[in-house]
Parts: sequence; structure tokens; C-alpha cells
Amino acid sequence: MSLSVIYALLFYAATLVLVIGVARKIAIYSKTPQPLKIPTTPAPLTTSGVVWRMAKEVAVFQSLFKSNKWIWLFGWLFHVALALVLMRHLRYVTEPVWFWVNWVQPFGKYAGFAMLAGLGGLWLRRIVVDRVRYISSPSDHLMLLLLMAIAVSGLAMKYVDHTDIVALKGFMLGLMYFDWQPLPGNPLLITHLSLVLLLMFIFPISKLLHAPGLFFSPTRNQTDNPREVRHVAGWSAK
Amino acid sequence: MADFQTPEIREYPLIPHIKPGAMAHSKPYLAKPDHQASVGFPGELVENWHDVAVAKLGELVSKSRALQVFLDICVKCGACTDKCHYYLGTEDPNNMPVARQDLLRGVYRRHFTFAGKYFPKLVGAIDFTEEVRDQWYSYFHQCSQCRRCSVFCPYGIDTAEISMAGREVLDAIGVGQKYCNEILGKVHKVGNNLGLPGPALIDTLEGLEEDVKEDTGVDVRFPVNQKGAEVLLITPSADFFAEPHIDGLIGYGKVFHQAGISWTVSSYASEAANFSMFIGSHDNLKRTAMRIREAALELGVKRIVVGECGHAWRVAYSFWNTLIGPFDFLDPKYPAPQHICELTYDLLKRGALKIDKEANDHRRITFHDSCNVARASRMGNMPGGQFIIPREILKTVANNFFDMAPETIHENTFCCGGGGGLLTDDLMELRVKGAMPRMQALKQVVDDNDVNTLVAICAICKTQFAKTLPYYKHSMNMITSLHHVVGDAIVLGGKD
Repeated sequence: MSLSVIYALLFYAATLVLVIGVARKIAIYSKTPQPLKIPTTPAPLTTSGVVWRMAKEVAVFQSLFKSNKWIWLFGWLFHVALALVLMRHLRYVTEPVWFWVNWVQPFGKYAGFAMLAGLGGLWLRRIVVDRVRYISSPSDHLMLLLLMAIAVSGLAMKYVDHTDIVALKGFMLGLMYFDWQPLPGNPLLITHLSLVLLLMFIFPISKLLHAPGLFFSPTRNQTDNPREVRHVAGWSAK
Repeated sequence: MADFQTPEIREYPLIPHIKPGAMAHSKPYLAKPDHQASVGFPGELVENWHDVAVAKLGELVSKSRALQVFLDICVKCGACTDKCHYYLGTEDPNNMPVARQDLLRGVYRRHFTFAGKYFPKLVGAIDFTEEVRDQWYSYFHQCSQCRRCSVFCPYGIDTAEISMAGREVLDAIGVGQKYCNEILGKVHKVGNNLGLPGPALIDTLEGLEEDVKEDTGVDVRFPVNQKGAEVLLITPSADFFAEPHIDGLIGYGKVFHQAGISWTVSSYASEAANFSMFIGSHDNLKRTAMRIREAALELGVKRIVVGECGHAWRVAYSFWNTLIGPFDFLDPKYPAPQHICELTYDLLKRGALKIDKEANDHRRITFHDSCNVARASRMGNMPGGQFIIPREILKTVANNFFDMAPETIHENTFCCGGGGGLLTDDLMELRVKGAMPRMQALKQVVDDNDVNTLVAICAICKTQFAKTLPYYKHSMNMITSLHHVVGDAIVLGGKD
């Protein structure tokens, strides 16, 4: 089997694992009842207040900012840079390229460095701060390494050894329209794609579940109105 | 005196380096078979404890979205590691919230996740061995379930939920904690934590009426089981006999007296505390709370008011409507339940109480936010009312009020060190060390503002401070009830 076929099949498999795995977890989170009201107070009294609280958590990591400025700086930098990089990557799977992806392009090009800086800072803390070192499992280090390797291999293609990006785009579009095209055999590209595939495979069984999970966290998503509205669910409904 | 050192108060708070195992020896007394039986748990360690524990853990997780989400999504960022008063006071890394959670998360991962089943070493999954079981017993009884970590966690992960589940699993295999389970048995049997029977309660309150009459010359009543009273007061039983709690009860009595509100306590439901929350037991939580609904219906009251108690206010405010509601038999003009501070605050705002502020001029007051009031409930009709209302009351009845440092009050408050079912003498070392961050903040207002009075609205805080203040070279009399300060300022007698 050729390299192109193997990677085409791997991409389909990884996408299925990612989508089904995360959907399954979301289904479990939504159908597991939360029998009692446990928002961390002071909490919003209304649903729109909860949306605002959650929006601040997602967009600016409000609680983390309050908690620790270094973790906030590195963590936020990494996530924002990752978002920009992902948006920029949309140009490889859209034809014609969406207009706003072009706007992101100039920022996205450098966001890879910011991503690396954020990840590096987080890893440094994991090694240097005794408290964080104590709570780190091998998987916590490896996750950071994996993300850094993805960033480095991507940046290397951009700034060191260019790959045939037009052919890559052909491969990606071919995957989407089930009209398979050859994958360029550049070692950096193969490394980059392999690491991304690995990330997709482990997403649903790893701590990366914090992305969908945050929205289900009862201490953050519940309204503070237990006296006004009688809340029952699960065992408390019986 | 105990064989441990009281932590040193430094000039500035410092995040300590970890000292693994520093508190591994700390364990509360085990519940005896009859304590266990009274709350529906096996009397001693069951034979197949490993399998029972794993099955129980799976059941708990499947019934709680909080557990399900919290066990999955921690990224080990470290934001919580310096937030727990027990870590700051003991330096034991297992008292960092994430490490405490990992004792349970590791077992959960081992048995209920793909990664933990097949790559345990990689993801920190652990088997539920005898050693781990001992660690659970030790460190889940070094968590006061104060929720400070959940304020600072980027995902709101609340270690209280984890330690409640851990204790519930331990109870299910027959490894209960004496302090909580013995007390719960007393509530079920007698109606209060102290095991104070009805006639003794009536006797005590009659004595209190005489004392107040002697002090003030006014007939302030402390009624028991009075049918048709407007208000049923549900207060921690410590208010009936212990110092400085009882001064708070006298304060409530004076407030009711001056406002002309008829009230009563119930000898059947003579306890606001509900230790079932500490051990995560839903059955006991509901059963303990139900006495209150029954008493309110039996006495035909129109309002239920809750006295000064932290976790009790959490249970009342956040859980009662769920567990024993709806309260459609009460007067809809008032929140159900209502906190005594909400009631007093409304009366003060309306000018219904005559106040002599100067009566408190000998006091220089600071206020300790109790964790369950601060981070698990509310007062009034705006978020954060639980911080505003007690302080407004204090400023209305006294001239000298000083807040402690902002990073140690409101939702950032440090636990007293004795909450969550740890207020027992067999955990004295933990309690003294856990009080350190609060003592640090207190020392600052004592040095800067000559504060001589520490006010709290929680029975556990009051008892804990009375016991631990002397370890930090303060007088135990420094701690008092908010309604003690209120009561001292109320001018009894006819209104002008």
C-alpha cells in the first residue's frame, strides 16, 4: 500500500475516533444528572448571567487569571495561538479559501512561535515548580512534548524546509471529496501529520476533554436560584 | 498539649515547598460498629472491600455529573496547588487539591477509563490497595470541603465533591469516621448533634430567659415547640449551650423580641447542622433535613429562619428546596429558608430596631467569612449578598470595623481549619496547622488596627477559633457570634 493510502485511511480513522469519542463523552456528560445545586458562589442569578460567566472563562480564562498569573500567561498564550494556527490551517481544506481565513493569515504565520512559547513556559513550570512536578504524570509531560513537536514540525515547514503545499492541499481536499490524491513524501510533513493524527486519536481518552467538559462543570454553569426555583434531577427527583 | 509545632506566622505569606508524607500520620478515630449501623453502613471493614469500593465509586460517578466531569477534565495545571489552607499549614503535597483528587482519580482511571486500564503508569492510574485505602482515610479527612480550590480552578473542579465521594466509598466498605457518624446517629435518634433531649432543651432555654431577665430586666422569651408561632428557628445546637454561640442565640432572641416577631425552636428538629453532607450520604442528607419540614408543618409556622451556621446554611439555602421542598405552606413574602442575618438586616434597614452603637465601642471588629456561606450559598437578592449583609449589620451596630486582607475574605476566604467534619480533638494537629492562613491575616489587622474581636456566623468556625486562637497567642475570647454584637447594641424596651 502506498504512503498516500495509509495516511488517507489513518485520517478517516482518526476523524471517526475524535468525533465519535468526543460525542460519546458529551452524551455521557449531558445525560448524567446533577442532583444538587452546587454553583461556586457568588454566582449569576440568571441564565444570561451564566452565559456571560462561561464566556469569560472560555475567552479570557477568568478563574485562572485570578489564580496564577504565570500559568494564565502561558496557558492563554498557547490557546489563543492555537486558535489562530487552526484558523490559518483552514486554507488547506477550503477551496476557495474563506475570506476571513485570509485576514487571519498574517497573524497565524507567527502564532506558531507564540504557541511554542506558551507550551515551553508550561513545561518549564512542570519541571521547575516542585508542586507542579509532584502532580505531573508521564502523560502530562508527553502531552506538552507532543504539542511542541507538532508546532516545531509545522514551523520548520514554514521557515526551514518548504513542502509542496499545493499537493498537500490536493491530498486534503481529496480526502474530503473521496477523490484520493497523492501525499507529498516530505519527512517534515509526514512527521507533522503523524503527530496530529496521534493527537486526534488520544483526544477523547485524555485530559484534552477539558475543552468540552468545561461547559458541563456544575460549579460554573449553574444559576444561583435554589430558593426561587426547585431543582431536582437524578436521585433528588425520586 | 500535643506533640506538634504550631506553624510560624511570617511577615508575609509564603508558598511552602512540598514535604511528602508530612501529614500521612493524621487520621481521625474510626467509627464503631454501632455508629456505622445508625447511619446505615457496615459495622467494620467488609471482606471484599476492594470490589465493593470500586463498584460504589462507579455508581457514584454515574449518578453525579460533577464527579463525572471533574474526574475527566483536570489538566494538572497547578493553579490550585497553593490554595488549600491545609497545604499551606502542613506542607504535605497530598493536601494540594489536585493531589488529593488524584488519590480518587487514579482509582477511577484504573477501573473506568481506557487509558487507565491499559496504560496505568503512563496516566497515573492506581489500584485500590490497602495503602491507597489508608491514604484515602487520611487525606479525605484533611479536606474541610471549603471549596476555595473550586474558586481558583479554571474549570471549577471542586475537591469537596471528591472528598465527599471518597468518604461515601469508605463508609460503604465499613471504614467510617467516628466524629461524623456518631453525631449523625444522635440527630436521627434525638434530634440534635449533642443528643440533648427535649426536656433538657426546654430547661436550658428557661434558664436562658432568667439570665437575660437578670441582665436586662426585660422578659425576652426563648420558646420551644410553640404552635402557631410565626417563625421556626433552626439553629446549630451549639447555640443552646456553648460559649460564644449562646451569646448569638441571646442576640436572635433580642431581635425577635424587639421586632415583635413570634418564634419558636422545635425539640424534634433542634439542629441546623447536617453532617450527612460531609460524608456525601444522600440518604442521610434527606433524612436529616426532613425533620425540619415535619417540624414546620407540625408547628404551623409561616417562616423558617436559620441561625448562624456555615454548612447548615449551605444545606438550607442550596439543598432544602430540592430535598424537602416545595415550601408552598410558608408565607411567600419571605425567602424560604431565610438566614437570621437577612432577617436582622431587613429590620435594621427599616429602622425597626433601636440601636446603641456605642455599646460596642470597646470592640474593634473584623469578620471571618465562613466558607460554606461565602462559596456555596447567598444572602439577599444580589450575588455576593453573603459578604455585604453581615458587614452592613456589623457597621450598623458597631463603630469600629476592619476587614482583613482582600485575598483572604469574601470568596477568597480561608477556612477556619475545622470545617467539613474535622472539628474533633483527634485531629487537633491538622486543625491548628490548617488555621494558619486565617491567623496570618488576623495578625495583620490585630497589628495594624488593634482588632480585638473576631466575628463569625458559623458554629464550627466559632468552636474551632475558640480552640486554636490560643495556639497563635490570641485570647480565645476574641471569637464571638455576630448576633452577640447585635444583641449588645439593641436597646430593649418600648420604641420611641
